[in-house]
Amino acid sequence: MFDSLPEVILRLAWLIPVFPFLAFLIIALWARRDNQLCHILAITAVCFSLVLSQVVFWAAVLKPVGGGEHAWLDSADWIPTGSGSFQASVWIDPLTGVMLFMVPIVCLMIFIYSVGYMNYGTPEQDKRYARFFCYIALFATGMLGLVVSGNLLMLFIFWEVMGLCSYLLIGFWFEKESALKAGLKAFITTRVGDLFFLLGLVALYSAAGSLQFEDVLSPETLVHLSETTINVLGLHLPALPTIAILIFGGTVGKSAQVPLHVWLPDAMEGPTPVSALIHAATMVSAGVYLVARMWPLTLAAASLAPGIVLWIGAITALFGAIIGVFQDDIKRVLAFSTISQLGYMIAALGLGAAATDPALQIGAYVAGVFHLITHAFFKALLFLASGSVIHGMEHGHHHVHSPASPHGHEAHQRFDANDMKNMGGLWKRMPRTFWTFVAGALALSGFPLITAGFWSKDEILAMAYEIKPIIFGILVFAAGLTAFYTARQISMTFLGKPRTKAAEHAPESVHSMTVPLIVLAVFAVSLGWAGIPDELPVIGPLVPNWVHGFVETTIEEHVHLEHHAAAGQLASLAPTAGGSGDAYNWAPLAIGLAFALGGLAVGWFVYARWQPIESADQLDPLERALRKIHMGWLYEFFRRRAMFDELYQKTFIGASIAISRAFAWFDSTIVDGALNGAGWLGRTASDLLNRYVDEAVIDAFFNLVGKVAGIVASANRWFDTTVVNGAVDLTGNATTLAGKRLRRVQSGQVQAYLIVSLVAVVALVAVYLVGTQWLNW
Amino acid sequence: MEEIQPILFVIFGLITLGAALQVVTRRNIFHAALFLILTFFGIAGLYVLLEAPFLAAVQLFIYVGGIAILIVFAIMLTRRMASPELDPVNRQWWIGAIAAVALFAVLGLVLLGHDWGQAAGSVPEDSIQLLGRTLLDPEGFVLPFEVASVLLLVALIGAVTIARERR
Amino acid sequence: MMVPLEWYLILSAALFCIGAYAVLARRNAIAILMGIELMLNAVNVNLVAFWRHLEPAGATGQAFALFVYVVAAAEAAVGLALIIAIWRSRDTVVLEEVDLLKG
Repeated sequence: MFDSLPEVILRLAWLIPVFPFLAFLIIALWARRDNQLCHILAITAVCFSLVLSQVVFWAAVLKPVGGGEHAWLDSADWIPTGSGSFQASVWIDPLTGVMLFMVPIVCLMIFIYSVGYMNYGTPEQDKRYARFFCYIALFATGMLGLVVSGNLLMLFIFWEVMGLCSYLLIGFWFEKESALKAGLKAFITTRVGDLFFLLGLVALYSAAGSLQFEDVLSPETLVHLSETTINVLGLHLPALPTIAILIFGGTVGKSAQVPLHVWLPDAMEGPTPVSALIHAATMVSAGVYLVARMWPLTLAAASLAPGIVLWIGAITALFGAIIGVFQDDIKRVLAFSTISQLGYMIAALGLGAAATDPALQIGAYVAGVFHLITHAFFKALLFLASGSVIHGMEHGHHHVHSPASPHGHEAHQRFDANDMKNMGGLWKRMPRTFWTFVAGALALSGFPLITAGFWSKDEILAMAYEIKPIIFGILVFAAGLTAFYTARQISMTFLGKPRTKAAEHAPESVHSMTVPLIVLAVFAVSLGWAGIPDELPVIGPLVPNWVHGFVETTIEEHVHLEHHAAAGQLASLAPTAGGSGDAYNWAPLAIGLAFALGGLAVGWFVYARWQPIESADQLDPLERALRKIHMGWLYEFFRRRAMFDELYQKTFIGASIAISRAFAWFDSTIVDGALNGAGWLGRTASDLLNRYVDEAVIDAFFNLVGKVAGIVASANRWFDTTVVNGAVDLTGNATTLAGKRLRRVQSGQVQAYLIVSLVAVVALVAVYLVGTQWLNW
Repeated sequence: MEEIQPILFVIFGLITLGAALQVVTRRNIFHAALFLILTFFGIAGLYVLLEAPFLAAVQLFIYVGGIAILIVFAIMLTRRMASPELDPVNRQWWIGAIAAVALFAVLGLVLLGHDWGQAAGSVPEDSIQLLGRTLLDPEGFVLPFEVASVLLLVALIGAVTIARERR
Repeated sequence: MMVPLEWYLILSAALFCIGAYAVLARRNAIAILMGIELMLNAVNVNLVAFWRHLEPAGATGQAFALFVYVVAAAEAAVGLALIIAIWRSRDTVVLEEVDLLKG
């Protein structure tokens, strides 16, 4: 039936997004009432997708699939357009493979976690439980569809599906006005990015004639694009960089890079599984995936495009890390951390595109993708663990405040379960959450050897060191800050003594919440060992660098490396990484470790040892320090996220409002005024006409005519009443009289009728007889 | 045998016509019904004289055994509490009588004025079997036979429906 | 000597006219029905007489007479049902009083 394994795999790959979509449909149309059925449907669907994805992934690994021409493609005509048609296609290459490895596992863990988070089976069960699973099922469809798409059109469609789900899920608790606004803000901000993306798609289609990856990413097309120009309002812009930058615009929006990052912190208004799913593991990763997918474009676009990508990524990484230090909300810290880590990935990809040495190009690309995968796991873990903490705090709060509690009533202020200042001492009360959180946090900080984050982040730092040292500087400083705020977060949340009654009574979460945490923690610890660089002494040669060897084949044909190992081999690149010779370069590793461990140590020291916050009202030591040197304004500035929101409010939003006010004034004053004027003019004219023409002349004439007609009518009337009526009456009376007389025939007596007939018959026969017998008829 | 035929004819004829006259003149309708039965018997006798014994039997079965009984039932069902109606005939009875007599005169003239020819012959032995066969012969009378059955069925259903007690 | 055909014919004509008088002159609906039966019997006598005289070897006459029996029975049944229905709704069997056709 199938000619080859790729055919089988491709057929299965089409099905991967189908299962969650079916779950979405069934839940939306029929299963709404039964909550258990809904989550069973959603989880089962993701399990099926997981199984299929794993099959596809391992098939891609074992019967190696390469990038470009060696990728597995299955496409079908979909929308006819003039000469050709848009295709619906599935494209499997190593990049797709690793995404397919990560996405369903994380999704499944989050789905299972959601069962507990939405309080299934308890009195606090969310009122719209079924709707939640409906939406996240649709979202899973979007992400999985995006990952397996074979062309930019399908990718864009699934991209938008995810944008919609993001809006729906951020504003899931729409009773809260802040949630509503946050959902809208996310949608509109990413829309700005999507606008650029769409422009890029249009430009690409008009220049290249197709949106399929196999066409767009082929070396011939890239050469063609680099030589053509696009006509924009009379400006002839070079096609390739323009397209690359425009498409990158979509990533800036979706992956919350500066300056379009403002929606991500507010998106924390949504339920925590949503934050984990959308804003850590999948949707924001989609932007990075797009850059990775379109990387050959950026690579071929020479200096401007890679530079933009690179710098935006680095700035974002630093910016996110700085702001994260100043946040008190446990989820907001993680949000900025996500922004920062996404910046890392983008910077890595940009570095790869900017590098000149093919080995470095490959290395940076692989590092970025590797970090994308590991980050998804540990960031999802961190979000879920923070959700567990929040859940515990809320339960503790309810327990304290319930009338049955023997603790009496605390003052009924607005209690923020997310505020880290209200927490403390939770390591004793929520051990599973604590240890898994630590695992994720250490991965995030880059704790050496035993965390995945170390291996992936260190790869990026190493590449940055070789390619652009200044970027390395920025990134390593950001890494230090990352470690610092991570230690701060752990100290404030878990260590020390509970600062509020709620924290004292916070219970550990249910198994449906803690088991996913443990699973993700396992990945967060061990996944890094799949990508150990070969050059690393001692450990390196023990274990092949599977990640590197697998992912690099995605872009091998774009990187002009001679005698590159064939796609069939799993062996990693020969140790020529970094043009500095055969020895492993210890510098980036050492500096990186110094910053990471240093950051952790300082954070722990400040927040757990030296000046631990004793009560919820106490100031953060950082704040206190800054205020002492009269730089409290700096603290405020960073806490308010560098006033980006206020800036946008004053500029873009203010401008839009001003413009609409201007148009409104124009409409009501000028346009309406003109209409009113025209109306007044018409009325005056008609008034004059009426008085001088109509009444005097025309009416007099008509009156004369009328009088004559009246006389004629009177004569008519006489004729009518006398003559005509008489005749008609006569006719009527005659008829009535005749009717009265003739009526007597109808007596209703049947026998009378019979007699008449009989007599008639007899008479007729008699006449006949007489005639024939005696009259000779 | 031959000689007494006319005598038998006269006897049966008188019975028939006499009873018929009583039927149409009796005030008491029940008595009229009884005379009707006598008329039927007379006619049966005439059939026997005409060497159609089967028809005589059928006449007795259907008319006396069926229709006459039916009429008696109907009379009983439509009895009034008061005495039988005063006047058996309606206002135009004299016109009816004249018309009937005129009809008789006309019929008589026609019938007697025609030459009916010689008697055709004798009745075969198996005339009844012949009748039966003819009734069911596809080139005979099977169609009218079937149609007649349907007619009976319809009439019965109709009669039951019409005469049903209405609630 | 056989009875001549004409005697039978006159008999049946007389019977027919007696029946006709009943139909035209009697007030009771059932009496009218009895008159109709007399007329039908007269027809039957006619038929059988003709059969005997003109073609006794055939079965047409007798068959025809049988059909007349069937029709007479059907008609008697329906007619009596009608009379009973009228009796029920109008409480009369005097046909003069049933003059719905009066116009």
